[in-house]
Amino acid sequence: MTQVFLGMPAPGHGNLFEEEPFPQAAHRELGNTQMRKNLRHATHTIRDKRLKVVGELPDWDDLRDSGSAIKNNAMANIEELLLQFEKNFTARGGIVHWARDASEANKIVTELVKATGSTEVVKVKSMATQEIGLNEHLETEGIEAFETDLAELIVQLGHDKPSHILVPAIHKNRTQVRDIFLKEMPGVDPTLTDEPAKLAEAARSHLRKKFLASKVAISGANFALADTGTLGVVESEGNGRMCLTLPETLITVMGIEKVLPQWEDLEVFMQLLPRSSTGERMNPYTSLWTGVTEDDGPQNVHIVLLDNGRTRALSDRFGRTALNCIRCSACMNVCPVYERTGGHAYGSTYPGPIGAILSPLMTGIEAEDNGSLPYASSLCGACYDACPVKINIPEILVHLRGEDVDAKRDTHKLPTQMDLLMKGGSWALGKGKNIGLLEKALPLGRLMAGKNKKIKKLPGIAAGWTQSRDVPAPPNKSFRDWWSDEKESK
Amino acid sequence: MSAKEEILGRIRSALSDAPVAEQTPREYRKSSEMSEEELIEMLVDRLVDYKAGVEVIESAQIPKFVAAKLKDANSVVYPHGLEQQWLSQLPKGITQIADAPGARLSVAQLDATSAVVTSSQVSIAESGTIILDGEPNQGRRAISLVPDHHLCIVPVSSIVQLLPEAMPRLTITRPLTWISGPSATSDIELERVEGVHGPRTLDVLLVRGL
Ligand code: SF4
Repeated sequence: MTQVFLGMPAPGHGNLFEEEPFPQAAHRELGNTQMRKNLRHATHTIRDKRLKVVGELPDWDDLRDSGSAIKNNAMANIEELLLQFEKNFTARGGIVHWARDASEANKIVTELVKATGSTEVVKVKSMATQEIGLNEHLETEGIEAFETDLAELIVQLGHDKPSHILVPAIHKNRTQVRDIFLKEMPGVDPTLTDEPAKLAEAARSHLRKKFLASKVAISGANFALADTGTLGVVESEGNGRMCLTLPETLITVMGIEKVLPQWEDLEVFMQLLPRSSTGERMNPYTSLWTGVTEDDGPQNVHIVLLDNGRTRALSDRFGRTALNCIRCSACMNVCPVYERTGGHAYGSTYPGPIGAILSPLMTGIEAEDNGSLPYASSLCGACYDACPVKINIPEILVHLRGEDVDAKRDTHKLPTQMDLLMKGGSWALGKGKNIGLLEKALPLGRLMAGKNKKIKKLPGIAAGWTQSRDVPAPPNKSFRDWWSDEKESK
Repeated sequence: MSAKEEILGRIRSALSDAPVAEQTPREYRKSSEMSEEELIEMLVDRLVDYKAGVEVIESAQIPKFVAAKLKDANSVVYPHGLEQQWLSQLPKGITQIADAPGARLSVAQLDATSAVVTSSQVSIAESGTIILDGEPNQGRRAISLVPDHHLCIVPVSSIVQLLPEAMPRLTITRPLTWISGPSATSDIELERVEGVHGPRTLDVLLVRGL
């Protein structure tokens, strides 16, 4: 029998990697107390706002159920939907390109920009172009990319990396933003204060000329509607509208998982997304366009449909629902780990709980240090409760931890410490008698702890746990012993 | 193999377990029973929350209110299909420019224009959202974007409570702009600040009898 090779899902490339084990990265980031303060303030502000606007809708859970089912259906029928989208977008004058991975997408975009003769592009915030490292690539090709979203601008001017998918500069407070503007923004008013309204105004005058003169814009997309060939961008500042309306050429880079079956599905996602992300009833601006409209907006309209590891994530039947993500960022805003480590600790473009599953799903668990990401969680479940499309992140984290253990076993050919721990765990939890036996060893732990009743360093792989915190000494009596003593004394 | 063929092939092999997704439940609210007065009250509340200026008026009052709202403008652009009479009381000193097929304003001209007046297609009270769809009385997207002051007419008959109620009133393949307040950002410490690249002032006239 000859086997027809139809293309196996391949791992993604680009900015999807944790370059050092998460605990190590987290340990360094935890040392940045200013960042932790900023993050705490911002995530708590947004949590309260989100709860308030979500609480207003009596049918919030019905919307989540619909959103989750629509996405599951879209992923089950993604081939058909992409073809349908292509047909409709093309019929209305748009041009569709397909990119297997980051470098192919970068190449396509570069060629499209070069064909216009322009050496400058304006950009609307887009996770996909961040993921493929488009700006850096364009730079090597002599094309300058200007980020126009305020937070992206702060990151770009500060020669920094995004740390949040919605508010990439969330790790900076207003004073730090002002300092970056004063240092890096050409022609900035030297008396600029750190009032957010003044900072926004500085960004407005800085970018205005760029918008009005630009010939080429690059965007992402929040949705693609298969049955009409429509694309949508959700934003706040109007920089999106500027980029989507004024230039002659518009190039959109979008992950294939963004396709939705029908345009009515918008009524679900446009209720779920704004309330979950900025905690607003609706974001200030949403733009929808279907190919080219004569006499209105860009007349050369392209879309690059990007795989870059998405089909790899799709092939994982226990993990594929991670592709349902609408990038609202609610999961990171409620995550106790993210709140303390910040987004940089995750290495990848996608931080927080969703990043901890999406990055390894797209690259493979064995890539770089992505195997450490699924452990960046206490499995508290707050992300699952907040997720507007009900992605069961904790369950996928556990599944990926299993994959990581398997992958390490395969390379070491020996049971790893983790294996032994897991085995030990199942032995201990398997029978009440066994855990009782283990508890007899508790006083040993007290010995390890010494006088101040803190264990500073656990042995073996458990050392990671004590890298950035101390463990309180165990009690001299287990709960089970205490309980039976209590009962007897009654 | 082309990239397209290869990606589609990858999808097929990724879905070789042939997952069947559940039927999509649609139990969320699709219709409402609000009275006209309740709709107006809700929309006003949302728009004010977004820091838009709002007036509820009768259709005969439009020219007077348009003139009052635009009294500080030097020039006003309007889409060619807009009711001309709405601009009839604008003071003489304010230049009025129609953006019409064959006579389009350049981006530079729009940038030099202080305000724009448009109508709107449908508005959603619950989220405070006004939708423009490029009808001749709403115009090209650029005209409601570049001038710094947008005065938008919302007929009371075009207000619905829920987003699902607005959907049948839209032609999705037209270029759509959904507007919920003046441009804003939450990028600094996640606190909302109004006024970035889009019009920094949004004034809305909710018009009864229109
Ligand atoms: S996983 Fe859910 S909560 Fe997190 S960003 Fe994606 S959609 Fe939002």
